[in-house]
Amino acid sequence: MKLSLVGVSHRQAPVELRERVALDLERSRELAQRLAADGEAVVLSTCNRTELYVVREDEQGEREALDVLVEQAPELGQVAYRLHDDAAALHLFRVAAGLDSLVPGEGEILGQVRDAAEAGAAGPFLERLFRHAVSAGRKVRVETAIGEAPSSVPSAAAALAQQVFGDLHGRRVLLLGAGRMSELTARNLLSRGAELVAVANRTREHGDELAARLGARSVALDQLGEELGEVDVVVASTSAPGFVLSPPVAGDAVRARRGRPLLLVDLAVPRDVDPALGALDGCFVYDIDDLQAVVEQSLAGRRGEAGRAERLVAEEAERFREWRAARDVVPAIASLRARAEEIRAAELAKLGRLSDEDRSLVETVTSQLVNKLLHLPTVRLKEAAAAADGVVYADVVRHLFGLGEEERRT
Amino acid sequence: MAELLVWPALIAYGEAAFAYAGELRGPGLAGRTATWGVRVGWLAQTALLLVQLLDADGFPWGTWAGALNLFVWLIVGAYLIWGCTPRYRLLGLAVMPPAVVLLLAAWAGGGTGVEDGDRAGLLLGVHVGLMLAGFASLALATGMSALYVWEERRLKRRDRTLLRLRVPPLDALDRLSARAALVALGLLAGGIVAGLASFESGDFDAAMGVTIAVWVVYAALLLLRHESRLLGGRAARVTVAAFALVALVLPITHFAS
Repeated sequence: MKLSLVGVSHRQAPVELRERVALDLERSRELAQRLAADGEAVVLSTCNRTELYVVREDEQGEREALDVLVEQAPELGQVAYRLHDDAAALHLFRVAAGLDSLVPGEGEILGQVRDAAEAGAAGPFLERLFRHAVSAGRKVRVETAIGEAPSSVPSAAAALAQQVFGDLHGRRVLLLGAGRMSELTARNLLSRGAELVAVANRTREHGDELAARLGARSVALDQLGEELGEVDVVVASTSAPGFVLSPPVAGDAVRARRGRPLLLVDLAVPRDVDPALGALDGCFVYDIDDLQAVVEQSLAGRRGEAGRAERLVAEEAERFREWRAARDVVPAIASLRARAEEIRAAELAKLGRLSDEDRSLVETVTSQLVNKLLHLPTVRLKEAAAAADGVVYADVVRHLFGLGEEERRT
Repeated sequence: MAELLVWPALIAYGEAAFAYAGELRGPGLAGRTATWGVRVGWLAQTALLLVQLLDADGFPWGTWAGALNLFVWLIVGAYLIWGCTPRYRLLGLAVMPPAVVLLLAAWAGGGTGVEDGDRAGLLLGVHVGLMLAGFASLALATGMSALYVWEERRLKRRDRTLLRLRVPPLDALDRLSARAALVALGLLAGGIVAGLASFESGDFDAAMGVTIAVWVVYAALLLLRHESRLLGGRAARVTVAAFALVALVLPITHFAS
């Protein structure tokens, strides 16, 4: 069985090329079916990569996969990478772990790998490979911190809110401004359980529209003081030229909270929130630069964790290699045992008349003899398979015991 | 035998205190090593206490040094319950260094050896046990409040490593500190009642008076917190200050009496 991988990713191909081979799940399924005519195939297509995994008995898998890619865009022939067997498996493990992603450790890829395997035409080999890759990806995320820290400003804001409040279920959010960034941040907070209670915007219609879309109330800017007493997180991104929230406007409301934490996330430039509010008890003010700095640190942390993740992935890929190698010697072991059993049965047949008791005794003794004789070669073959020269050993065994010769003669 | 067990406990606790400082640079091997230090040290100290209990004639922790030994064991034991989970590891920085110092003090004061125990009876044992458990619980509440103050400062400073060096959320620290203080109040109340029952007239001393005052102060703090008058950072700072005062006043009154 030969595993071939042909693909393009963000590392070699610009988006203009990648978009020409970007496939939805249905088209990936069709393509996989087509490639799997004489074997197995899975097509993994995400916004960062399109990869074709083909398993065939012959060497034609790579050729056909490349042809399919070039059909979509002839230029891809020059930038597509081609990997085989252990290298291809290791690559998939790295992809599933998020180590080949634009943002190291991003979590979405794991689901995409699983979906691709389910949609593809995977047989026993690719099914095992993809299942193992998904499990390795999970292990990397559990045992390292590569996927923990946020990688974007909205997710950094949500992570900060969790650092203050823990579980965000029931935590109340106020949006100040109806811009795209504040909506993204609000959605991130909502996805973690927070509740959007109000949207305040200078242009009331925009505020109403966003509030209706997110299921919140729309309030006027002069009602901010009242709202500040009730909410836990404020996300501000208006286009106001000066501070919208400053001590004279919000100071009393914040002080009335008696130290109950309030997180003010200011995504606007120029800023909406006067940093002087941060001096008040329980009030935390973060502007866009602070959030960017947190994101940069997080990404640096992710890159730092990548070393540990690479080691874990290499271990898992080695386990898969052992499984694959053991799989190569299994037919030789089965043939050897079948041949021994055949000889035993033939010799027993020559014994002629024996009492049931004597026949049973002879059968037991010969069975034990065969098992004991074959035990060590079986163990050694499996060990040799794990040490990468299993195929050579399997060929030697076939040659020494004449396995398969009769089939070839007939 | 008992003296021999002190050193493994001290070394393991010391290693844990040192390794927790390494955890400040980022989660990883240092934190795991520290956790093992806590576990090994606590097992060694448990063995030490068992030897003391079996060999002593009477209650072996009636002296201040013996009580300190038992107090350290209770604190570290309680810390083991949550402290070893990755998010609470840094609480170890507030717990393990004082644990090492207190155990050393207990050893220097002869509280880790086997001598004739106090024969004052079961009620005294219950009194001492409950009081020490109560103060251990207060120490943990203080540790959590100290962590709150530290984390709040990082949040105020907008520390860039905020999300890399993870500690429990402020809200969780606040809640756990309040719960630990509540448990402490229950234990102290039991200890005070057992103490009053075991005292003969004239035995009521300044230490007992201070303990009752401590109980009243903490009960007032919890009441204020319950009524939302003292929350978040303010509550944490008051809790730390209150325990600092307890740690200062209680030994003075104990030795004075």
